[in-house]
Amino acid sequence: MSNRRPASSTPRITDEQIIELVSKLQQLLPELRNRRSNKASASKVLQETCNYVRSLHKEVDDLSDRLSQLLSTIDNDSPQASIIRSLINQ
Amino acid sequence: MASSTLIPNPVTNNADRARDSSKRRKRKKIQRQSSGNGRDQNLNNNNDQITPWKSEVQQQVYSSKLLQALRQVRHGSVSGTSPTKSPRRGRAVREAADRVLAVTAKGRTRWSRAILTNKLKLKFMKSNRRQRGMVATATGNSRLKKPRVSILRLKTKNLQAVQRKARVLGRLVPGCRKQPLPVVLEEATDYIAALEMQVKAMAALADLLSGGSSSTSSAGAGNLGQLSFSRPPPSL
Repeated sequence: MSNRRPASSTPRITDEQIIELVSKLQQLLPELRNRRSNKASASKVLQETCNYVRSLHKEVDDLSDRLSQLLSTIDNDSPQASIIRSLINQ
Repeated sequence: MASSTLIPNPVTNNADRARDSSKRRKRKKIQRQSSGNGRDQNLNNNNDQITPWKSEVQQQVYSSKLLQALRQVRHGSVSGTSPTKSPRRGRAVREAADRVLAVTAKGRTRWSRAILTNKLKLKFMKSNRRQRGMVATATGNSRLKKPRVSILRLKTKNLQAVQRKARVLGRLVPGCRKQPLPVVLEEATDYIAALEMQVKAMAALADLLSGGSSSTSSAGAGNLGQLSFSRPPPSL
């Protein structure tokens, strides 16, 4: 169903909205935050976003592997877990 | 919200249950604060929806829930432990972390709902759908049949490259595979902020568990130092 007409349910999305969303996304990216927002094209922003999301996923994977290793080496749960919880909840 | 009942939280020890009830009360207070913050900021601007992820409160909420979920994982895998199970348990930890992240999002975003419903599907139907999704993100190839473009027309940006990248991004963010571009962009902004918070929380937790230098709180270092002296530090 590749149609060029906008669907009846959603009104036509304006370019300005897209530009605003892209610039908002750009602010989050560590790579492109330094440059002025006008410089980066949408394509570059999307590419950096994909790379950044992939790197974040990988980081989460590494951290979860590390956490699983740590969990396996902790024998008695209670004293350390309660301390950690008290630290976290403050 | 129904998503909160999806967390398997039934069987804990008796001591844990007492602690959990007090923790839940404290957590509810924190949640009310954080949801109040979110609502106030929703009134102002769309941009402020991102900041609740960066608040300290959200990280604390996430960390406490994550700790609980991780204990479930540990108790679940203690029965049949084998040293070769570490990759699977790493995956279980990752899924638990994602689930807790989605719950912390309170179902306001598409990706959080997609994560939770995918978990449900996986549990009931034992399908390989999520695994296929994970493989796609791991390899990172773009298996596009056709850039099924546009409900919207981008005058200046109607390039194939942009649409292609938008599709790739839509597959990376859970639940956004067939969404049009503005939805994908919006979901991606929230998802990135949430992922950053997740990374920070998990890194802090890993540091705490490994008995390393905890830079977060002052009293923590002393307590943790005491604990590490009572038990020899685990050799990783």
